[in-house]
Amino acid sequence: MLKTNNTSEKTTETITSHENQAVDQHFNFAYLDERTKRMIRRAILKAVAIPGYQVPFGSREMPLPYGWGTGGIQVTASVIGPRDVLKVIDQGSDDTVNAVNIRRFFQRTTNVEITTQTQAATLIQTRHRIPEMTLTEDQIIIYQVPVPEPMQRLEPRERETRSLHGLAEYGLMHVKLYEDIARYGHIATTYDYPVLVNNRYVMAPSPIPKFDNPKMHMNPALQLFGAGREKRIYAVPPYTSVESLGFEDYPFEIQRWDAPCELCGSRDSFLDEVITDDQGGRIFVCSDSDYCETEQSKLGPSVVAPALSIAKDD
Amino acid sequence: MYVAVKGGEQAILSSYQLLDQQRRGDPSVPELSIAQIRQQMKLAVDRVMTEGSVFDPELAALAIKQACGDLVEAIFLLRAFRATLPRLGSTQPIDTGKMVLDRRISATFKDLPGGQVLGPTYDYTQRLLDFSLLATSAQAQTESTNEMLAVAQTASSDTAGEHSSPRVIDLLNREGLIETHHATPNDPAPFDLTRQPVRFPADRSTRLQNLARGDEGFLLAMAYSTQRGYANSHPFVGEIRLGSVEVELVPEELGFAISIGDIEITECQMINQFAGSKTEPPQFTRGYGLAFGHSERKAMAMSLVDRALRAAELGELVQSPAQMPEFVLSHSDNLEASGFVQHLKLPHYVDFQSELELVRKMRTAPRQGQASTDDSEDEHA
Repeated sequence: MLKTNNTSEKTTETITSHENQAVDQHFNFAYLDERTKRMIRRAILKAVAIPGYQVPFGSREMPLPYGWGTGGIQVTASVIGPRDVLKVIDQGSDDTVNAVNIRRFFQRTTNVEITTQTQAATLIQTRHRIPEMTLTEDQIIIYQVPVPEPMQRLEPRERETRSLHGLAEYGLMHVKLYEDIARYGHIATTYDYPVLVNNRYVMAPSPIPKFDNPKMHMNPALQLFGAGREKRIYAVPPYTSVESLGFEDYPFEIQRWDAPCELCGSRDSFLDEVITDDQGGRIFVCSDSDYCETEQSKLGPSVVAPALSIAKDD
Repeated sequence: MYVAVKGGEQAILSSYQLLDQQRRGDPSVPELSIAQIRQQMKLAVDRVMTEGSVFDPELAALAIKQACGDLVEAIFLLRAFRATLPRLGSTQPIDTGKMVLDRRISATFKDLPGGQVLGPTYDYTQRLLDFSLLATSAQAQTESTNEMLAVAQTASSDTAGEHSSPRVIDLLNREGLIETHHATPNDPAPFDLTRQPVRFPADRSTRLQNLARGDEGFLLAMAYSTQRGYANSHPFVGEIRLGSVEVELVPEELGFAISIGDIEITECQMINQFAGSKTEPPQFTRGYGLAFGHSERKAMAMSLVDRALRAAELGELVQSPAQMPEFVLSHSDNLEASGFVQHLKLPHYVDFQSELELVRKMRTAPRQGQASTDDSEDEHA
């Protein structure tokens, strides 16, 4: 178990790149060479032009493993500029191991300003969450995507799924959702819940909880999706319709919690369950650490203290 | 609890230090040099170069050292380095018929021009631990290398000892029994799967590129499956040759080929029986394998899988995994496989939380008696 009380304090303030490490002169700005960036930007432009369509691109081997965010990293590396302010989250938190590693990678290769505050960032690279705070037109959110093809588990052959997309033939997906209802009485997909983008392409939103799906709809920010291992890029341009699949009698629903966040008291955010002892005790806390800290600061320090004391006991 | 959810930058930095210590081991034992790895772990270096897709023994040895001997990790390091290298040009196709041979064997002909050259191989050793290697001896035992080379060559025809020997396939082909592949007119530049994503259906040159950098273990297993009934295969080793071959480049400003060096390669030509089709007479078909350095297992496995993947082209029934291009090509790369399998170590709190909610919901409202636990769960990705 990793106990890092120091770093937890650090996340409350904006971490700037300068205090951490100098930019590495052995590599081009943002690691990729300019030709590769141009190739990726072309793919991004195409993706923006055809919302929800998976554009194949010449994904490179990155210094991080496939499946660990290489698609998101390549997209970020292609759109980042020296004046950008970068936020990297994994599971909603800036301080999870892989988010830290990716942030270090960009600090090392770009020296751009780093932030943990959602509204201060111009670029947000994320794995598995969309920040609770509403995004703006000046922001780009970049999703790390493990499996870009929403129908891969129903039809593994790419040749087949490509033609299904071409024909907008999404019966497979609807049958899958229907079978869930027939067996369980409700749709048994909780994350990476398929969406229909711009009334045309069914798209994998990446494994964000379905709780986050509604945030994609008509979002003012540009949403880019990078799948490095599968070599695909796709996009949802600002103010684009994103509809979670459902049925008239069984409409799409998001998760709800009975308890509020133990730390900030929020009832509107996605909560992680945290086990506090070996007696089955557990509490719920916000998965979005920046949001939770912002909410806590509204409450004042007295309310925050008891929860943090649990941390020390652990 | 809440804090424990976080990894933290400090923890990562500490883990780097532990990794360095693990790599170095006991400091009282002398540190490995790159030269030692290059010279004494040649076959590891060769595999890393092949699957790393860079012919550079020095960097491959460095990668092995840095990866603490984990070859897949070393391949990763080399590939990530390779991704940043500029393309200076494309070489001419290498001519393996002009190889300077260190080893060449054929399982289809007892004797052939150039002879069977055993060269360095574990093939005919008895796999007994050689305890004499426990003691490091300073004496070099290489005085008579040349003599040994000569002896390792079986007594053979008058051309024995000649450096370049015709390929067995070419000999057999004078009778027209083996299919021939002519270069496409104008020799178009091949698809480069390191620059563009593979789309299906993939042509043979693309498939071969994929197999050449594919994981040796994966290809070995796929090849093995074709021998055990999961594909219809009757292979013979037409020829395996190991040696060095010249690499030539035509610089635009010169307009003629210049040699930029020699590389060591292993080539395997696998011959497969083919019953013929409506358009083709019965003949032998071919599977092809090529690897950097001395990598026979890889080259042979590659040639078997190459042949299996030609099933559709040859009108054979496609029913086994080794015959399915999407199956083989999408899963052959050990970087992709290793990364994605191991990404399961990353935090998945959010997805798991969602699943937890779902399972609780299912348990509180069981429908029609048994709502069994199920397959609906998507991958935690």
